[in-house]
Amino acid sequence: MQQSRLGSVLILLAVALLWPTVGSAVGGDEPETPTTTTGAAGVQAYEGTLTEAGEPVEGVTIRVETLEGEEVGAVESGADGRWNVPITVPGRYRVTIDTDTLPDGVDLTDADATTFETDVFPGRPTVVLFALGEAVGTGGPNDLERLAQSTTNGLKFGLIIAMAAIGLSLIFATTGLINFAHGELVTLGAVIAWFLNARGPRWPLVIAGLLSVAICGLFGGVLERTVWRPLRARQVGLFQLFVITIGLSLIIRHVLLIWFGGQRRGYLDYRIQTQWELGPVSITPRDLAIMALSALILVGVATILQRTRMGKATRAVADNVDLSEASGIDVQRVILVVWIAGAALAAIGGIFLGAIESVDWQMGTRLLLLMFAAVILGGLGTAYGAMVGGIIVGLVTEISTIWAPSALKLVFALGAMVLALLVRPQGILGRAERIG
Amino acid sequence: MDFDVIFGNGLRAAIGPEAAIFALLAIGLNLHWGYTGLLNLGQVGFMLVGAYGLAITVATWGWSMWLGIPVGLLAAAALALVLGIPTLRLRADYFAITTIAVAEILRLVVRSRPAQGLTGGAFGLQGIAEPFYDINPIPRGTYGFGVVTFSENRLWVMLVTWVLVLLCTGLLVLLTSSPWGRVLRSIREDEDAARSLGKNVVAFKMQALIIGGMIGGLAGVMFAIRASSANAESYRSTVTFFAYTILILGGAATRLGPIIGAFIFWFVISGVESFLRQADGEGWLPGFLQGTEAVGAVTFILVGLALALLIVFRPQGIFGNRNELRLEA
Repeated sequence: MQQSRLGSVLILLAVALLWPTVGSAVGGDEPETPTTTTGAAGVQAYEGTLTEAGEPVEGVTIRVETLEGEEVGAVESGADGRWNVPITVPGRYRVTIDTDTLPDGVDLTDADATTFETDVFPGRPTVVLFALGEAVGTGGPNDLERLAQSTTNGLKFGLIIAMAAIGLSLIFATTGLINFAHGELVTLGAVIAWFLNARGPRWPLVIAGLLSVAICGLFGGVLERTVWRPLRARQVGLFQLFVITIGLSLIIRHVLLIWFGGQRRGYLDYRIQTQWELGPVSITPRDLAIMALSALILVGVATILQRTRMGKATRAVADNVDLSEASGIDVQRVILVVWIAGAALAAIGGIFLGAIESVDWQMGTRLLLLMFAAVILGGLGTAYGAMVGGIIVGLVTEISTIWAPSALKLVFALGAMVLALLVRPQGILGRAERIG
Repeated sequence: MDFDVIFGNGLRAAIGPEAAIFALLAIGLNLHWGYTGLLNLGQVGFMLVGAYGLAITVATWGWSMWLGIPVGLLAAAALALVLGIPTLRLRADYFAITTIAVAEILRLVVRSRPAQGLTGGAFGLQGIAEPFYDINPIPRGTYGFGVVTFSENRLWVMLVTWVLVLLCTGLLVLLTSSPWGRVLRSIREDEDAARSLGKNVVAFKMQALIIGGMIGGLAGVMFAIRASSANAESYRSTVTFFAYTILILGGAATRLGPIIGAFIFWFVISGVESFLRQADGEGWLPGFLQGTEAVGAVTFILVGLALALLIVFRPQGIFGNRNELRLEA
């Protein structure tokens, strides 16, 4: 499958947003009539007409899938070049043209523009234009360029996973708790930022994000003080605590569903950006900034863990609770700080992910297994392990799309985790050779 | 507000085939977790494999449904083997995370485009259970009283599934009261003690995983027969969490726990849903709770709440024995 380029996606998003004023702006001489509804009236769908030099192109496969790569429909263009994929749930989808099914001699004018991510709105069709004609430019990227691009995407995704997973790992290390509700902290961060940015006071995303991180950190602290600490004091078993996190995750997730709704939404800021071409890699300034910020935050966390009293105490508690307590460390306070910081980091991850892709009520839940994969790969219970593991998981996820269908990219990440468990159950930075 | 309807809807769900299928799932989990202490969070994976074993045999390969059912069960046993060999030696938390990851991998693979030729991808497989309904001895019609009514086909699935539930319960009673079952319990209580007595702990765990997994596979087979189709979307991890709620509700490591739990779970879930829909219809609900999406979400919130509160305040379940299963240990 062709690598999807964010730039063309954003340009097309602009086209989709400007529709119906844009008729045949893209591509050659397309007799596109955006208001035509080939599907049943009142049913949302993706549709379009494939033509090359005024002639309809028949038998080309168009696929529609969710942003996670789950296919919702596929159709072949008809004798008049028209195609229509009805959509049951309005939202944001990825529309792909299968270039293998193009007739000989017909290509996309932009070989990279095989995939578009656009919104489909209730009750009306969204027109997606695939511009066919002579291929312009150098054609498809070569393998090395694709590797460079996937590595960049993987690093971007991996840094976010790493950030979100630190809390998961440190909470486990200090309290033994596997927090199944950690994904919901990610969603919570993204949703609160969305509310402050796009719904409520409409503050700029930077301010909304900072406030959301603070609220989520506070939420983590409140959870620790009102739920986990009393339960630990009651000597409730670890397994029971684990089941409680499952219950908590169901509660938070569905409260968010009621509040936020089932659809995907985006932030108001940094939506449409022009791609920068940095050598073989193209990236939007927004994504580049997010990568830089994530890296900075990870370095910051590492510095705090390494240099400050609190950081050293955290590592000590993570290593051995009883010994730390005996040497005078206030373990309960460390755990509280870990909860606050972990929840805040998860929220940052959620906001970044929401800015890159979109915000929805299940985004953190989908990330949870990847965070577990990261934590286990890197070594359960170590902060640095979570970082290393997160980046590896991100890289595996994206690089696998070079030669495997993108629908299976999560399978590769989880498969890497299962494989790591077989070979080295303690993880890359597991106890045997732990840093620090 | 019609409380007869609410009660009726609850009762219809509580004795319906879905409750029986979840009881089967919970029986499998009861052997895994209740008796052996294996925290299997991927029970839905066994269900998926059972359902798709049947569905692929019938819809893709065109063989008989009666061959498909053992294929589904064997596939579940195979999954238990594949899953157990690498993970049963690991610590309990690793086992838990691996099982949920494998269940999720299975769902993603089954619904992916490359697998479409075999599994039907996102569209699933249909028309797999005609022979089952062909031998339905119940004459056409609607049976029941009030709102608690079932069509002849639903009644047929329901009866068969509940009979299977009773058979599996009986099997579990026999197994767990045998010396073999006592070894399982000793593994749950103290793995090292069992090992020091010369028991091959991994082998016992593996046997428990396979039997419980096959019961989960049977639940999947019946789930596929019930709808005469298989679709990957039905096999999300929430199904496993529902099964745990049922098991904890009824009492883990008890004989009738899964049945009682499934009955109460479905009665409450459907009753609450029916209540909320009526309240929605009468306009009693505040704005943010209106609409079908919110009603569904409230049900999930209640499940989460029930799960969390039960495990803290009554971990032995409603009828369980606190001394039988000491989670605090």
